[in-house]
Amino acid sequence: MFDYLEYIRTRNFPHIWCSGCGDGIVLKSLIRALKKLEFSKDETVMVSGIGCSSRTPGYVDLNTLHTTHGRAIAFATGVKLANPKLHVIVVTGDGDATAIGGNHYIHAARRNIDLTVLLYNNYIYGMTGGQVSPTTPRGDKASTAPYGALENSFNISGLAEAAGASFVARGDVYHATQLEKLIAKALQKKGFSVVEILSPCPTAYGRRNKMAHPVTLMEWLRDHTVSITKYEKMSEEERKGMVETGVLYDEEKPEFSSEYEALIERLKEKK
Amino acid sequence: MSENSEQTMLMMQGNEACAEGAIWAGCRFFAGYPITPSSEIAEYLSRKLPLLGGKFIQMEDEIGSMGAVIGASLVGLKSMTATSGPGFSLKQENIGYAAMAEVPCVIVDVQRGGPSTGMPTLPAQMDVQQARWGRHGDHSIIVLTASSAQETFEQTIRAFNLSEKYMTPVVLLLDEIVGHSTEKVVLPPKDSVEIVNRKQPEVPPEEYLPYRETEDLIPVLATFGTGYRYNVTGLVHDETGFPTNDPEKIEKQIIRLSGKIEKHRDDIIQYKTFMMDDAEVAVFAYGSVARAALRAVKDSREMGIKVGLITTTVLWPFPYDVILEAAKSVKAIIVPEMNLGQMAREVELGVRNQAEVIGVNRVDGNPIPPVQIKEKIKEVV
Ligand SMILES: Cc1ncc(C[n+]2csc(CCOP(=O)(O)OP(=O)(O)O)c2C)c(N)n1
Ligand code: SF4
Repeated sequence: MFDYLEYIRTRNFPHIWCSGCGDGIVLKSLIRALKKLEFSKDETVMVSGIGCSSRTPGYVDLNTLHTTHGRAIAFATGVKLANPKLHVIVVTGDGDATAIGGNHYIHAARRNIDLTVLLYNNYIYGMTGGQVSPTTPRGDKASTAPYGALENSFNISGLAEAAGASFVARGDVYHATQLEKLIAKALQKKGFSVVEILSPCPTAYGRRNKMAHPVTLMEWLRDHTVSITKYEKMSEEERKGMVETGVLYDEEKPEFSSEYEALIERLKEKK
Repeated sequence: MSENSEQTMLMMQGNEACAEGAIWAGCRFFAGYPITPSSEIAEYLSRKLPLLGGKFIQMEDEIGSMGAVIGASLVGLKSMTATSGPGFSLKQENIGYAAMAEVPCVIVDVQRGGPSTGMPTLPAQMDVQQARWGRHGDHSIIVLTASSAQETFEQTIRAFNLSEKYMTPVVLLLDEIVGHSTEKVVLPPKDSVEIVNRKQPEVPPEEYLPYRETEDLIPVLATFGTGYRYNVTGLVHDETGFPTNDPEKIEKQIIRLSGKIEKHRDDIIQYKTFMMDDAEVAVFAYGSVARAALRAVKDSREMGIKVGLITTTVLWPFPYDVILEAAKSVKAIIVPEMNLGQMAREVELGVRNQAEVIGVNRVDGNPIPPVQIKEKIKEVV
């Protein structure tokens, strides 16, 4: 049997997540990926912002940094640039990364600094009780959108790609094996990589949107996600209401922290 | 003779002296966002840091800069940012984080005038209370200031030393005059400068507690990546670094955050007195105004007026005892400052009704000239 406990700080259990929350499944997928890649725990830093998803670092036996709302990527930028040998993983929510932290998200992508961002997308502000988020689908209900969201929602994977990230993938907690593989790929990628993870929130989102039961949300993920290869072959009509998953973008680009190291070397030679 | 044992004389802008002081102190990471009148600090370090193997990054805003500085500090690099009013406001949330998580770092605020965008190119001392109280929640912080390029160089080094010693963010408040004036700076022999580096754990990882209670109230935070895996958070936490809801532990941490600075006041406070022995009136001044005050006091002495001067490079913790001592022998303390009386409030607390406190205030973007202080001295005597 796979030993998850090797990576878990059991002293902090029970965790704060509601039963039926997807965040624990992400944690397990991440641990399997870390184990497979044999990342040294001492040389891995996990940085998060504020939110339910951002509580993950407390449970993982790594160097962990739980920062302020929206700023995880900024803190992580300092960590990575200061010591490029470290693997830096950012755990963040849709509100954390793309509302309050949107500026850091796009600029880290533009810089293409070697961070692996696990962006838990639950379409809602979970921790604060279900307020509308930049990813809440139009028409869906939230505690601050009681008549349904009027605003358009972000395609946060597309946003990362457009801003210059070198690896973008989308996975979901129903397809946990696929998710593990996507996380592993992102961790191995040298550059700014994002895995958008559809992770259901029955408590703050499901209950308001006729999907109160965790199983209903899992079934929704099963029925509404499709691999990118299949998606590309589908007609416009068939694509409606479907979310494509898998590796959405993967390119080689100059990475910021190694470019900086190269600059230091160049300047040394000049002297 | 090597440059390590020789002193060098240079003409330097205050902002450059700040950047150079940072390098001497061992600063190897800078993250910032351009803003007048502080940008020369960033420009200087963007040139110098990579030559020393250090890192410079221009972030997307001041909030991100402050975050990156904290991240880099946890990885073991002495880290700094520099800004002015509007940027200082944006940095406050993460300065509070650094205070809560006890991460050493230096924040330079080259003060301009006015709230909001205010007076980008004009001097002021309007951020002295913000530096102390700008964040939510109870905690203490160290705030230094300087009156010349020379003092800026020295106080920048001291800012790093104090931050490493007390595991705290340290704010260095300059003003536009100090930041932008070019004047003589004597760089001391390198080996004569004391440099403080934060402690590292002396116990094996299994026994390590990042926020272990110690006599001096100062935690020992291991550098990330060195085998001590622990948790850093802005939530109230206990000795382990993990969040806690235990009232006893909560209280302990909050009290310690203020206590660790207050307990070491005597080590931190640094002030100078001039002709106070027989003084009947005192002037209390800081920053560039301290220089005008010195001139005013000297001129007044020549006219036979018994006036003395107290200057400080440490605004917080405030030297209340020094003020009280002075108040016992003078009838009034004049406080000239480029704001509407922000530090005069503290002097008022310090005198305990034993002397009158009189402000000389200027908020029109002009420096306070010696004559304005001299007139007030004459009036009070
Ligand atoms: C500056 C600031 N503003 C607001 C909050 C309150 N807050 C905490 S978590 C959160 C939203 C979290 O939503 P998301 O990032 O989507 O994460 P989730 O809880 O859904 O995992 C908010 C608004 C805060 N902690 N700090
Ligand atoms: S509120 Fe939602 S996101 Fe937060 S723990 Fe509960 S189910 Fe998960």
